[in-house]
This record gives sequence, C-alpha cells and structure tokens, in this order.
Amino acid sequence: MKHLVTFSIYALLVLGSVVMFFPFVWMLLTSLKPFPEIFDLRFWPQAPTLENYREVLFKTQFPRWFFNSLVVALLTTLSVLFFDALVGYTLAKLRFPGRNFVFVLILSTLMVPTEMLVIPWYVMSTAYGWTDTYWGLLFPGLISAFGVFLMRQFFQTLPTDLLDAGRIDGLSEFGVFWRVALPLVRPALAALGIFTFLGNWNAFLWPLVVVQSPQMRTIPVGVALFSGEAGTAWNLIMAASSLAVLPVLLVFLFFQRQIIEGVVLTGVKG
Amino acid sequence: MRPASPTRPRRVSLATREALWALAFLAIPLAFFLFIRIWPAFQALWLSLFNWHADPGQRVFVGSLHYQEMLQDPRLGQALRNTVLYTLLGVPTQLVLGLLVALLLNAITRWRDVFRAIYFAPYVTPAAAVAWVFSWMLSPNFGIVNEILGWLGLPAQPFLTSPTQALATVTLVVVWQNLGFQVVLFLAGLQNIPRDYYEAARIDGASSWQLFRHITLPLLNPVMVFSAVIGTIGFLQLFTQVVNLNFNDQGGPLGSTMTLALYIYQQAFLRLNLGYAAAITVLLFVLILVITLLQLRLLSRRVEY
Repeated sequence: MKHLVTFSIYALLVLGSVVMFFPFVWMLLTSLKPFPEIFDLRFWPQAPTLENYREVLFKTQFPRWFFNSLVVALLTTLSVLFFDALVGYTLAKLRFPGRNFVFVLILSTLMVPTEMLVIPWYVMSTAYGWTDTYWGLLFPGLISAFGVFLMRQFFQTLPTDLLDAGRIDGLSEFGVFWRVALPLVRPALAALGIFTFLGNWNAFLWPLVVVQSPQMRTIPVGVALFSGEAGTAWNLIMAASSLAVLPVLLVFLFFQRQIIEGVVLTGVKG
Repeated sequence: MRPASPTRPRRVSLATREALWALAFLAIPLAFFLFIRIWPAFQALWLSLFNWHADPGQRVFVGSLHYQEMLQDPRLGQALRNTVLYTLLGVPTQLVLGLLVALLLNAITRWRDVFRAIYFAPYVTPAAAVAWVFSWMLSPNFGIVNEILGWLGLPAQPFLTSPTQALATVTLVVVWQNLGFQVVLFLAGLQNIPRDYYEAARIDGASSWQLFRHITLPLLNPVMVFSAVIGTIGFLQLFTQVVNLNFNDQGGPLGSTMTLALYIYQQAFLRLNLGYAAAITVLLFVLILVITLLQLRLLSRRVEY
C-alpha cells in the first residue's frame, strides 16, 4: 500500500514534469527541422539542420539585441543593488527626522501599476529625446521600491553593536555601510540581483514602447517582432525563441539552487 | 579648503551628523522616486483630463470627458470583463495546482530538488518567446497538442482561434509559466510547519484529512495570501502573453482575449489617444488597489498555535 502511494506520487510528478518541460523540447526540435518537415509532426528531425539558427543570427540583428539586453539588465541590476542596499540601510540603521515618511513614500509607489507610468515615461522620453537610447530603456528601473523594502528587512536584523564597532574603528558612515553592513547581507543581495536581472532580461512592455529602431530592441521585443513577420516559418520562429530561452534556461539550471532559495527568501521575507 | 578642526565633532552633534549622512544617502534615490515614480503617476491623472497632442500647447482640456467615454466604450467593457475573468480563472487554478504539486513534493524524499527545478524553469524564461512556442504547439492544424489529442482519440480543438476557447487557453499558458513560483513558495511554507504539530495530532487520532484541514491549511494561510495577491496583480496586468500568443490579431479573435493592459497599450501607442489611455490606467490603478486591499482583508486571518 505504502509503495503504491509513493509510486503514484512519483508518477504524478513525472507526468507534470513532462507537461512543464515538453514545450522547451518541442521548441528545440522544431528549430532543428528544415521548413517542409515542420508540418509532418514527426518527433525527431529527419534531416536536422542548424540553418534556422544561421538565418536568425545573420539575417536579423539578434546579436545586437542580445548585447542590448545584456547592457540593460546588467546596468539596471548594478544600480538596483547599490541604491536599494543604500536606501534600505539608511532606513533601517540611521536615525533622522522623517524616516517613516520616506519609507511609506517609497512603499506607496508599489501600488502604482507600470501601465499607469508607461504613458508619462513615454511623454518624457519623447520630450527629452530618450527614445531609442540605452538610457531610455533603463531609466524606469534604476531603483526598485520592492528591493528597498527587502534590503531594509535584512539590515534590520543586523546588530547595531557591529556597526558601532566599525564607527569606533574610524570608518565613515559610508564605510560602515560598504565594509561592515553590506557583506553581511550577501544572500539578500544575490536574490535581489538575480530577480532584477531576470525581470529586466524578460521585460516586454516598456522596451516595446520606448524603442522604434530595430537595432535598439531587446531580445523579447526583437524575437516578437521578428516572429510576427515570419508568417508560417515556425522553424525560424522556434530558432529565435530558442535563442531567447536557452541562455536563461542554462543560467537557471546552473544556479537553480541559489535562484530558488532567492524566491523563498524574498517571498517569505517580503 | 581647510582640514576639519578637531573641535568640529563637538559643534555638529551626533544626531545632526547622522541626519546629514542620511540626506546624502537618500538624495539620489528620493529624486528618482519623486521624478520617475510619483510625479508620473500624477501626470497620468493630469493627462487623463486632456485630449492628447504631441505639442503641449495644443492639448485641449476636456475634464471628465474620457471617463464618460469609458462608460460607453463596449471594447473597454469587454477588456474589463475579460481581465476579471482571467483573474477569476487563473488565480484559483494556479493556487490549487501549486499547492497540489508542493504537497506531492513535500511527500517525497528523493529527486525533490530535480522536480522543483523542472517545475520552476518556465518561470524564469521570457514570456514573449515562450508564448510563441505555445502559439506553435496550439496551432489548430499543425500543432502538436491537437496531434496528441488525436492519439488519445479526442477531437482536435481550435484553441486560440476560437472566441470561446481562446481566453481559457491563454490562462492555461500563464498558469503553466507561473506554477513553479507558487510551488516553491508553498513548499517553503510546508517545510516551515513544525513536525511536532502533526505528531501530536496523530497521537490524538487525527486522520490525514484532518491534519491537512486543521494544521496545514491554516498555517499556510500567509503564503496563500501572498501568492493570491501577487497572482491577482499579475493577471490584472496581463499583457505579454496575450500579445504574443495571437500576434497578428492581438486581443482577438473578436476581442475575446483583450485585456485592460493591452487595450491601454493600443489606445496609447497605436491610436495615440494618450489622454483616453491615461484615464483607463487610472481605472486599472483603482481596480488593483481595491482588489489587493479586499484580498488582504478577507484572507489574512492570523493563525497562532
């Protein structure tokens, strides 16, 4: 009886895993088929080819989109990590008038949906000539209110004595933050960093709005607009999708433990 | 510049010094939040009172006109109904499935991390690209899903091409992508429940169902509230999957998958009705605010053992 239950549990989980993973498999298999083969729905490619990838990589500006996504995601992540930690630390560990007001002010911005801000951001970007620039792509995400909240929670758990020890050793207030407090919240920084990077790498709405020229597209926008023009060339569309999905999937498989623990950390704390 | 004199710390009190540091640390972030987050929110409100024109001098003040238009816009009504329907369908589905998978994972000892990783993988992949994969798999004539239905002796389905099936299909794709997030949160919640509770209840003769009903569920309540709120906000802002699943007829067929976010996007950036679109974003804001507050109220009964 007990064996039967255990067996059923594993069977269900395997079945679910197939549903979760099959789309990636089918995407890859289709991307390796020549055009006429995609419609006969055989599982394995009869004449596997990398031609689809060659076409996407060389006939579109995919390498440039990859670079754009990397620039935007990396710069945004660095900025978020630095400023969110700094603000979180200030709100958790420094005493000054208006501290609660500042905290509530920052938190209140979480209630505003992106859609509401996109229109004024667009107006702003056209007025100042920020469309089609890296600055235009990344300015809305430079600091995250959620990250401020998260970092504040973590800094609050640090004993103040430890920071005072740093002050007695002659560190400036910034030195205390940078050399004493920051190294102690590394797990929180890792979690915040990973999510900021992924969020920006996968972002769709704002990059779609602020970019007009093909060479400034990020990967999701580039792949979507390319696919929209590809008609029924699903082999090419799946090659483009694979190029968008596989790097993220590889990074995830490599760091899956840290990433999942990061979700738990942010979810349970936040 | 003369170096700071040794008496300086005595003149500037410790409290003032700390406040000055705080000011220095907060200056740039506060400017960011004011100019990039808070001021634009008010600007959206302001813009909703004008007829948009690229030249600021030619924007005409129309007062509440856009809000009156909203009441008589059947396509907005449809987008609103769809958005509510997505949320009502999607949030419970992903909560129940997420809890189910988490319970299964919690019951096994081997391969747990491998399964957890497989279920979580879709969550990290770009929604735009993944939607194209589903759009291909669900294609009525050449899609693998209908092929598999055929093997099982089931009739082929129109899925995204049918006004009656498209919304549910989009919902399932979104649930597929969100599921791992729910699973990971629920699993962490389950593992936080002390084993003693179960053991004590079992000694008292409680059945498995009673354990689940009276220990697991109440203690998971905070995680459920969090997941439900995050899930609801996500579904109310549904955009990327809808656009990419049916790229050549976004929101179609016959507007059956149209969402508020997509309608806002189309009004603002395809028709350049930025004022009207801004008015709809105000509606979205109010909707999200009200539902979030309601959910927090309804669901967050604290449980202490």
